[in-house]
Amino acid sequence: MAAGSPAEYISHHIQNLTWGKHPDGTWGFAHGPQEAAEMGFVAINVDTMFWSLLTGVVFCWLFRKVAVSASVEKPSRWQHCVELVFEMVVGSVRDAFHGHNKIIGPLALTIFVWIFLMNLMDLVPVDFVPYVSHLVGIEYMKMVPTTDVNATFGMSLSVFALMIYYGIKVKGPGGFLGELAFHPFGKALLPVNLVLETVSLIAKPLSLSLRLFGNMFAGELVFVLIAALVPFWLQWALSVPWAIFHILVITLQAYIFMMLTIVYLSQSHESHDSH
Amino acid sequence: MESVVAFSALAAGIMIGLGALGAGVGIGILGSKFLEGAARQPELVPMLQARMFLMLGLTDAVPIIAIAFAALLMFANPFLGQVG
Repeated sequence: MAAGSPAEYISHHIQNLTWGKHPDGTWGFAHGPQEAAEMGFVAINVDTMFWSLLTGVVFCWLFRKVAVSASVEKPSRWQHCVELVFEMVVGSVRDAFHGHNKIIGPLALTIFVWIFLMNLMDLVPVDFVPYVSHLVGIEYMKMVPTTDVNATFGMSLSVFALMIYYGIKVKGPGGFLGELAFHPFGKALLPVNLVLETVSLIAKPLSLSLRLFGNMFAGELVFVLIAALVPFWLQWALSVPWAIFHILVITLQAYIFMMLTIVYLSQSHESHDSH
Repeated sequence: MESVVAFSALAAGIMIGLGALGAGVGIGILGSKFLEGAARQPELVPMLQARMFLMLGLTDAVPIIAIAFAALLMFANPFLGQVG
């Protein structure tokens, strides 16, 4: 693994394990960034899928286990942790969400814990899992699903779909389109309104996903840079402080993604007829 | 080829530098306003702190995205593919 120049090491560590259709029509894993790029759209990042599904299963299993064995007299340590997270999420939803919707609480909790767990993979040492998977013959392994732009866009586009669905459901198609067309400046400047509102609508999922991706990718890259450029006996001096700082970043990013989801969905539940 | 590499390096430096400049000023103002508010009304600190961290994350995201794209230019430059 340590073979090759720092640039090779870094580009190896930011390459996903991609499975897809080669240009010659056969299916298989890509050997290198070039082949992965040639596959185009008909490809899937197996490592991203694996780690995101694994963390999702861990989340469901842990929360279910705690919920089933919850006790008032003798709460376990895990129960305390889960209740802490749960109360924080419920408090945020009560503060920021002003509509009536049963789905918003579970959605916010899922988003927060799942993104937190996926980001938490970033704190695993950068060579640990790639080295093990190299031993069993897997060439590329990028552990943190949120450093893959496909995963973050998947989540933000799901939120976007919910925004549009509830916008149309609550306000009706006319109300939803009316908000796009008449909102900032009134009926006289309809094209201007339409352009402005469409841009701000599309900017929401874009900034949501790019914010999470950018933070996690840059954080992961700093770890990889430390591992690539610093001699191994000095790496702890840089990577430990960065990891401690990164605990703040991963929690903050999960919290922001959750909070903005709540705010956006709250906006699509409120009508602006008074304007 | 060389000029593409040189301009990419310059672009990466400018992206990181200007992003850090803006975010540094912004987060400085954010922190100072938070301290002012906390000094004026200490009982509002928990509420202000949550809002401050939310804004911190939002402000922080812009330079971080710039750093991510600068890192893309540094380590997996897409323009080199166009040169051939």
